[in-house]
Amino acid sequence: MTQEKLHQEIHNFPTAKLSIEHVCKDFVTSRGTVRALDNVSLTINEGEFVCFVGPSGCGKSTLLNIIAGLEKPDSGMALIDGTPITGPGRDRMVMFQEHALFPWLDVIGNVMFGLKQKPNLTDKERLEVAKYYLYLVKMDRFAHANIHELSGGMRQRVALARSLAPNPKILLMDEPFSALDAMTRERLYGDIQDVWEKRRKTIVFVTHNVREAVCLGSRVVLFSPHPGRVREEFPVYLARPRNINNHDLADLSQSITSALKGYTASESD
Amino acid sequence: MKRVLITLFFFVLLIIIWAGLTGDLAAIGLDISLWSPYVLPPPSTVGHYLWDNTVNGKIPLSMLITLRRLLIGYIIGLVLGVPLGMLAARFRCINDTLGMLALGLQALPSVCWVPLACIWFGQTEAALLFVVIMGTLWSVLLSTQNGMKNVPPIYARAARTMGSSPLHTLIFVTLPASAPFVVSGMKQGWAFAWRSLMAAEIYVSVVSGFGIGQYLHYGRELQRMYQVIGIMFIIIAVGLLADKILFSPIESWLHRRWGTDKE
Repeated sequence: MTQEKLHQEIHNFPTAKLSIEHVCKDFVTSRGTVRALDNVSLTINEGEFVCFVGPSGCGKSTLLNIIAGLEKPDSGMALIDGTPITGPGRDRMVMFQEHALFPWLDVIGNVMFGLKQKPNLTDKERLEVAKYYLYLVKMDRFAHANIHELSGGMRQRVALARSLAPNPKILLMDEPFSALDAMTRERLYGDIQDVWEKRRKTIVFVTHNVREAVCLGSRVVLFSPHPGRVREEFPVYLARPRNINNHDLADLSQSITSALKGYTASESD
Repeated sequence: MKRVLITLFFFVLLIIIWAGLTGDLAAIGLDISLWSPYVLPPPSTVGHYLWDNTVNGKIPLSMLITLRRLLIGYIIGLVLGVPLGMLAARFRCINDTLGMLALGLQALPSVCWVPLACIWFGQTEAALLFVVIMGTLWSVLLSTQNGMKNVPPIYARAARTMGSSPLHTLIFVTLPASAPFVVSGMKQGWAFAWRSLMAAEIYVSVVSGFGIGQYLHYGRELQRMYQVIGIMFIIIAVGLLADKILFSPIESWLHRRWGTDKE
């Protein structure tokens, strides 16, 4: 009985469609008002892996925070399966640039944190689910390690397990690998694609690294700054699993990078 | 092991010097008595005093009385200080009012409350408790506030995205995240409570019980320096033991978890 429930919990992949409709967001700073997002509209399909790319100040992280429910748009709205987003929710989990793991809990305690807020599960089932996700990110051997004992890459793996464990429909990742060294990052590119293939979540991945975006995304959305706008979208049809050193991948990133340079050049004119 | 031996050797040497200068080592021909025993008694007299009064139950009883006052005052200080510190960290108006008050009163040695406490409460247990609470409360309040303010905001954001309500976040995220600060504040509060209780017991004689500090006071009144010095040793021992038994285990756990171990 329990086994069946557990199986359901783990092997049921909910996913959702995201719609961004005419979202505007201003930030008031000491030097005046900055338009972070200017009339941004975007649709992200169920199970799609979308990467937001752009220079700093283009509003890509702001849009991610709006989807997460951590910030509210000034006008326009973000919807999940047609329902407006009003605040954070268990259907969307966020992975931050810094790992944001809790140092007072051990690895499994961290993965359990989000699960504990999920009703209809017993503590024993939660523990089983947490173990499964640690296994999925290859961290099951470190279930009882302290956070400070882990390397940067291992910490982000645990953070990934923590955001996957409550089985959200959407995974939001805000430059999660930018603080890691190149070797670790490459390994995580493989892992995250593997997880996406297995779980088929809707993933929104924010990065300023074009190569990273092309390697991971089914679609790359290019943002331009001042004010933050969606400038262009590039579908990526390369076969998975993709290697970041692949030739075709490099070519595609090259053309996206030159598009990006075009905007920044015309901005400074 | 070597470090323990060095420490032990140092203290044994101190006692030998003390014994040598007060005539305790006359048996081996070192008959120097620099001071009268009314000024500095030899260690043997102090040892006898401590032994006799431990065996006849006087010191254990007064320890019990003192520790009871200390614990009650300290716990009241904690129960008030931690939530008030949390409020001061959360609301600016409480920080600007109560926080400033705490900062001011923190600078006031708690023995300064003794004259007022005597007038307000008379020679009663309440006067002693009041002084202990004044010693504990402000430092606990300030370190709790400081701890909460130092919690990286990303923790609360992460918790919110995982479905934590504001109250849940406060109890399960902000509070444990500030634990290292709160614990060091609790430790400081304990030290202040101990100091203020000793000061209060020296000044306030209460019929409801004869505490350690009162023994110190009457040692002076009765010209019994062996009693004064013996009680001083006990006060030191209690302070050290509390640190080792109460706080060391918690601190070492925190260090292990947070990875802030020095060795």
